[in-house]
Amino acid sequence: MATALEDVGSRAIAQLDYVGSLNIQLWSTLRAMKSALPVVGNRYRWQATVRQVLQIGYDALPMISLMALCAGFILALQGAAELRRFGALHYVIDLVAIAFTRELGPLLTATAVSGRSGSAFAAEIGTMKVTEELDSLRVMALEPIEFVLGPKYLAALISVPCLSIVCSSFGIIAGGLFMFFSARLSPFLYFRYVLESIALRDVITGMIKCLAFATIIVHVSCLEGFRVRGGPDSVGRSTTSAVVKSTFFVILADSIFTAFFYFTGGH
Amino acid sequence: MPIISIRGLVVEYEGRRILNDLNLDIEAGETLVLLGGSGSGKSTLLRQIVGLERPKRGSVTVKGVDITTCSLSELKKIRHSIGVAFQSAALFNSLTVEENVALPLREHTALAPSIIDLTVWMKLAVVGLAEFGKLHPQALSGGMKKRGAVARALSLDPEILVLDEPSAGLDPIVAAELDELILLLKQTFQMTVIVVTHKMASAFHIADRIAMLYQGSFSLVGTKDEIRASREPRVRQFLDRVPEELANPANVSAYFQRYLERKEAFL
Repeated sequence: MATALEDVGSRAIAQLDYVGSLNIQLWSTLRAMKSALPVVGNRYRWQATVRQVLQIGYDALPMISLMALCAGFILALQGAAELRRFGALHYVIDLVAIAFTRELGPLLTATAVSGRSGSAFAAEIGTMKVTEELDSLRVMALEPIEFVLGPKYLAALISVPCLSIVCSSFGIIAGGLFMFFSARLSPFLYFRYVLESIALRDVITGMIKCLAFATIIVHVSCLEGFRVRGGPDSVGRSTTSAVVKSTFFVILADSIFTAFFYFTGGH
Repeated sequence: MPIISIRGLVVEYEGRRILNDLNLDIEAGETLVLLGGSGSGKSTLLRQIVGLERPKRGSVTVKGVDITTCSLSELKKIRHSIGVAFQSAALFNSLTVEENVALPLREHTALAPSIIDLTVWMKLAVVGLAEFGKLHPQALSGGMKKRGAVARALSLDPEILVLDEPSAGLDPIVAAELDELILLLKQTFQMTVIVVTHKMASAFHIADRIAMLYQGSFSLVGTKDEIRASREPRVRQFLDRVPEELANPANVSAYFQRYLERKEAFL
């Protein structure tokens, strides 16, 4: 009994320690992020931010676009299969447009960024830890949070919403292709209906989710990197853990956001 | 007044005592070699001297500032006067050798880019890497990486240079070149140099004083002659390269008996 209690207690403390570390890291990064900004910040940090934007955002464009096309097509097909029975095929337009703007755009983007860039962040920082590069930054009076994490976070805050817009656009385009081939609906009319079905609030909630997901992915992944202990094997473990934890927290946060926006009356 | 003063330093990891009540003064301009076997606490002591870790008890005073209790901004100021070359070199793989050396100058000085380039070239020339500045660390040999790390440590013209096992894993010629480099730096720039090593020849070549660590305590701190003349068993064991089992004279006959038995068995 005592051992079981000890086990529960130590796990609870470990979880609290993890959440506390995430919070400390987040606030330290927000304080240090000024240096990553253009004009007012450090030129080299801004250059690093631009490089990260290219890696997180630009390099992920083909993958996100293809994923969104496939997901949009699947959603339209599945929706049409049911809606056709009620003679409501035109609601596929609303389904695809709203689902991608509010939900699927941010979520698919976050999943892709978590797998692609989150793992890379954890591996990069973990390797820097193992090879004493983080220590060498500290002894050069440079803070790893400012030097390594700041540019990554700012880049993710820029890239993830942009990728989400691209993702939603391609998802909606896939829906348009489906409607064109199945109902001979002209693309012009399709996009008119799409614009009518989306409200500004849908776009804003989607963007809020994107910013939250970017925060979760960067901080969970980087924390996994910073917590690497030992040798190269622990880098591998931290990479896996970064993807698993950040994806889990993204989905958890998404459900909380969705419930919040639903009950606050918007949807 | 010593440039570095260590008083009653106790370091523990997970309840295990690594450094046990150490006291040491290091005078400005001297070369102190920290000698000791693997796991004796040399690198831990070094990390304390550069303020990478906080001790359980005791103080480390660098240039009159107790770095175990001072604020982060004070510690950063102190770190500007300390150059550190880690055992693994810890050069940033994403930067060229030139960029690695330029990093502290870009971050901590307002020098014009042309002056930084010139300074970097000079530092690389001192360590014999002037022609290799454009390469990334992955393209360098082990010895070149270590010299690159020394060049980076020298970039801000520090008063104190700390080298963690600079000749570990290097062939005797490259190791000898590094020893000559350390002597050159001391003579030319009157630096205080702290070198961690377990290579006796290197230690006796470069040291003004040698501090011998054994299981977290100093066995002896003295000049080269004092160390050579010492009858302290641990020092003698290290100097005479006696395996652990033979340190106890009662084990000697048993050791050789086993050796002869094995030899006979093979014959």
